[in-house]
Amino acid sequence: MTHRRPVLHFRAGSRLIAVALALGFTSLLVAVAGASPIETFRLLWDGSLGTGDKFANTVMTWVPLVLASAGLVITFSAGLWNIGVEGQIVMGAIAASWVAREVDLGTAGIITLAILAGLAGGLLWGLLAGALRVYGRVNEIFGGLGLDFVATGLVVYLVIGPWKRAGIASTSGTDPFPREAWLPTIGNKLAPIAVILAVLAVVGVYALMRGTYFGLRLKAVGANATSAFIIGIRTHRYLLAAMAIGGALAGVAGTVQVIGFQHKLVPAISGGYGFLGILVVLLAAYRAAFIAPIAFFFVMISVGSSQLSLRLGLDSSIGGVIQGTLVLVAVLVGGWQAQRARHGAVAVED
Amino acid sequence: MEATIATIVATAAPLVYATVGETIAEKAGVINLSLDGSILLSAMTGFATTYVTGSVMLGFLAAMLVSMVIAALIAFASIELKLNQIAIGFVLTLLAAELSSFLGRPYVGVRGTSVPHWRVPLLSDIPFLGKVLFDHNLSVYGSFLALIAAYVFIFRTKRGLELQGIGERPEAAFARGIPVNRMRYLYTVIGGALVGIAGAAYSLDVKFGWRENLTLNFGWIALAIVIFGGWHPVRAAFGCYLFGALQVLALKLQPVSAFQGVSQILPILPFVLMIFTLVIVYLDWFRRFGERHPRWRRLLSSEPPAGIGRVFERE
Amino acid sequence: MSLELRDIRKRFGAVRANDGVSLQVEEGALHGLLGENGAGKSTLMKVLSGFIEADAGQVILNGRHLEMSSPRDAITAGIGMLHQDPLVFLPFSVLDNFVLGSPNANRVEAGAELRRIGAGFGFSFDLTAPARSLTVGERQQLEIVRLLWLGAKVLILDEPTTGISATQQALLFETLRTLAAQGMIVIFVSHKLEEVEALCDRVTVMRRGKAVGDVELPAPMDQLVEMMFGRPLEVTGRKPGGPGEIALELTDVCVDDRLVSLEDLSMSVRHGEIIGLAGLEGSGQRTLLRTCAGLIEPKSGSVRAAGVDLTSRGYHHHLSSRIHYLPAGRLEEGLIRGVTITEHFLLAGEQTGPIIDWAEARRRADEMLREHSIVGTTESTAESLSGGNQQRLLLALMPDDVAVLLMEHPTRGLDLASADWVWNRLLARVAGETAIVFSSADLDELLRYSDRIVVFFGGRVFKVLDARSTDSERLAHLIGGRDVA
Repeated sequence: MTHRRPVLHFRAGSRLIAVALALGFTSLLVAVAGASPIETFRLLWDGSLGTGDKFANTVMTWVPLVLASAGLVITFSAGLWNIGVEGQIVMGAIAASWVAREVDLGTAGIITLAILAGLAGGLLWGLLAGALRVYGRVNEIFGGLGLDFVATGLVVYLVIGPWKRAGIASTSGTDPFPREAWLPTIGNKLAPIAVILAVLAVVGVYALMRGTYFGLRLKAVGANATSAFIIGIRTHRYLLAAMAIGGALAGVAGTVQVIGFQHKLVPAISGGYGFLGILVVLLAAYRAAFIAPIAFFFVMISVGSSQLSLRLGLDSSIGGVIQGTLVLVAVLVGGWQAQRARHGAVAVED
Repeated sequence: MEATIATIVATAAPLVYATVGETIAEKAGVINLSLDGSILLSAMTGFATTYVTGSVMLGFLAAMLVSMVIAALIAFASIELKLNQIAIGFVLTLLAAELSSFLGRPYVGVRGTSVPHWRVPLLSDIPFLGKVLFDHNLSVYGSFLALIAAYVFIFRTKRGLELQGIGERPEAAFARGIPVNRMRYLYTVIGGALVGIAGAAYSLDVKFGWRENLTLNFGWIALAIVIFGGWHPVRAAFGCYLFGALQVLALKLQPVSAFQGVSQILPILPFVLMIFTLVIVYLDWFRRFGERHPRWRRLLSSEPPAGIGRVFERE
Repeated sequence: MSLELRDIRKRFGAVRANDGVSLQVEEGALHGLLGENGAGKSTLMKVLSGFIEADAGQVILNGRHLEMSSPRDAITAGIGMLHQDPLVFLPFSVLDNFVLGSPNANRVEAGAELRRIGAGFGFSFDLTAPARSLTVGERQQLEIVRLLWLGAKVLILDEPTTGISATQQALLFETLRTLAAQGMIVIFVSHKLEEVEALCDRVTVMRRGKAVGDVELPAPMDQLVEMMFGRPLEVTGRKPGGPGEIALELTDVCVDDRLVSLEDLSMSVRHGEIIGLAGLEGSGQRTLLRTCAGLIEPKSGSVRAAGVDLTSRGYHHHLSSRIHYLPAGRLEEGLIRGVTITEHFLLAGEQTGPIIDWAEARRRADEMLREHSIVGTTESTAESLSGGNQQRLLLALMPDDVAVLLMEHPTRGLDLASADWVWNRLLARVAGETAIVFSSADLDELLRYSDRIVVFFGGRVFKVLDARSTDSERLAHLIGGRDVA
């Protein structure tokens, strides 16, 4: 498995075809489940963008997804399947929660520390998976999966054990953090700091991959580690660095989840944004420039779909179905176009 | 003791199906990474079909069909479109899981039929072994059959040798007149059928019923066990029973008062332990240990088929 | 029995590998197919064996048109091909390899047949040994017997002498003569004139995808050379210069590298010196090169370069001591698929700050392309280049001040013009004090360019020779483990 990074060729057309096919498939499913497809999509739109509050809610969901996706662009570039991203988000959340619960330095101090702690938590967890891969030759898919399980175990343990709510142990989460540890908001929900973090991550990853030696070497290591090593790149360092950066960004995503959105630690703190981020990056064909809009589209679907269960009695997993179908179709259509391009090269010449 | 071991054997049965199925596909060179989602969707489909039709048989068939379609899709994407098997498998695993939640909603919490129990006459009277092996539901016997059949097929038949050849060096198999890609479709889909049985075995036998994420993470464990098993069905089955034992242990510890505070994380522990057993098998020093001690080598060696994950294209 | 290929056409992308090739072979004849690397011989033979489908053309055996859509059709028609790298399954046993794909299911019978047919040619097999443990020559023998057992009446051999010893080659040639005498059609594909001359009764010469001549042998050498290359042959020779200081020195080095272990190896390479490594594939040449490069850590002994101890310092430390390594797999262990030429130069060159100046990088890459006459643009990816251009790019990526250059098969698979160009470049570097250690399966190449030749056999150094007082016959025997001098 040398060339692990799938080469996907996307064109504007393939994305449109993918969206059309995915919407068609979902409409069919919705109709089978006894609801009106048009009503469904209208509710998805309303549920995510309908009011200022809903929009703020969507943006605050977008932030962790973008952060995790930006990190995944780095790990994918290095040819790594960072399945451990879920665990990295969780460890970031745990570290940030610790700061939010234990440190008392005023809002600015707590938030700065919490972000740094979350970053470090995710970074270390990513580095651990990276070290298993580099020094132990443990495939990062399974090493990462194991670390995901460990992180999940740890967060459940904390929530029902040492950090349980006063009086009762319940899996509904810890007590809310003190107000000073909440990210300051405009209006009810929108936290500008979170948005700034997300934008910085996207711009940073884009610049890193586009214009630096580091990014180029990362890409070389991902495309062919043996050749990269022979050319003179210290491949181990770059693999570890990729896991560290990917983990750090995931850790920040976890931080935003706890201090910007939930304001407490809950067992399902990752929100599935890690795996969802993998879908985002696959759809973006591993390019940082596309992740922000794609992630926003995905979040609209996720947030909007919770409306559907209330209003139409559909299961909220319809959002996941739409996202999964979209990526599946896009990848298949992209593969089909690349296949035609390979054969087309001959035909054109004749 | 007998009862405990019998429980382990029963608990591990679905995993045996899944690992045997995945082993067959990977032996042919195709990685079906969609296992976790496939099993979920098959479990849901199997239960729903049985609930609606009242037939356990139809439930199993429907479950098989679902996972076969997913497997065929992976084979198609890999063989015809030259797409990365890991990528397509990962997308499918998430999609199938979401679909199982979406489509399975009406069946959450309802009671359905389950696989009939059958004490094998005479054999079940053997002391110890009788209770452990021959006093089970039918799907458990099926897992024995699948395991033995896969072993015999892969290592004792002409077609099985061809299967190994396809995964090891597809060009060489092709030069010998074997239609490599057609066979890859076939074995990936057969593997998918077994994965489907695994799903149905969970919802119709081990867990009796359907709820969201009923079998979450079992597919990942199955994938890990295939590697742990060094692409050998019998060794993989050993991994399944080990995992079953861990699960039963966790279950037994739950009521123990010393673990009261942490009883909710006990179900996660087998996954953690199993994955890290695998990590140890992976580790370099462990491999070198195997190389240094020839007697252990056969037992520990775990070379994947050389052509695994690689697209075969005749120039 | 007669075989005819009529107007075969096959193209890969823009390359016309076979551009209307016709070929006629009669039974009982040893027919040679001669041409440079890249002339289209292998493509033609893969079409004949059903391994690839032609775009157009016909295959006619005994007056009957054959429908060739897969190797199965070829096998059924009695056409069998021995590929250049014998297509055996390395971890499987000899017997498993023998029966795999055959319609006969009885393993005991099959094993007996393998032994019986093999014994007729002087081959012997250990049925339970894994194919991995066989030499290339033994793998060929296994494949030949298997094809005969399957009923092959037409036997194609694609460059079968690459990587086998003189003894095995003699046995192979004898086998082929016997088979031809029994009335089989034998097609012997080679880029080596001498071999075709020594073995074949008739030869078809291919050049650039076309059959350019068909002559009875023996024929005048000049005529064949002219047909093969379209011009008289000129190859750059080597004027040995006086070697300088010691560039790299191994002292009592012991290495364990899976099947190969080198023991108590001491040797030194001087600036301006070329050392050739000879031996069958996997006899230890690669192990030595990789030890010199710092990729394999010696168990004991020392590796020193220009007086500095490099033992156990690792590959990148060797690189900074200006010791460079160029493995055989150009796209596997040298260049990177999907990465452009400009990016390759950036990766291999000196880093100037953390930010890349793309305009400057493209300008410099373009300069290098012209200087090394590489056909491609700055934005071409590595895999889009031809083999010759890939090798040129690899050489262009090396800095000028390389002290020791370790190379595996510097010209494998290249046509003569590219090979000659590569050696011109290498010799220029040697004149500029670089020391070269290279391995090759081409005895002429070893003899033509080396000062000294180190012969490996069975995972150890068998002999060290002065290249100027050795001939190819002696060398061929030595790599088979026989010292006849």
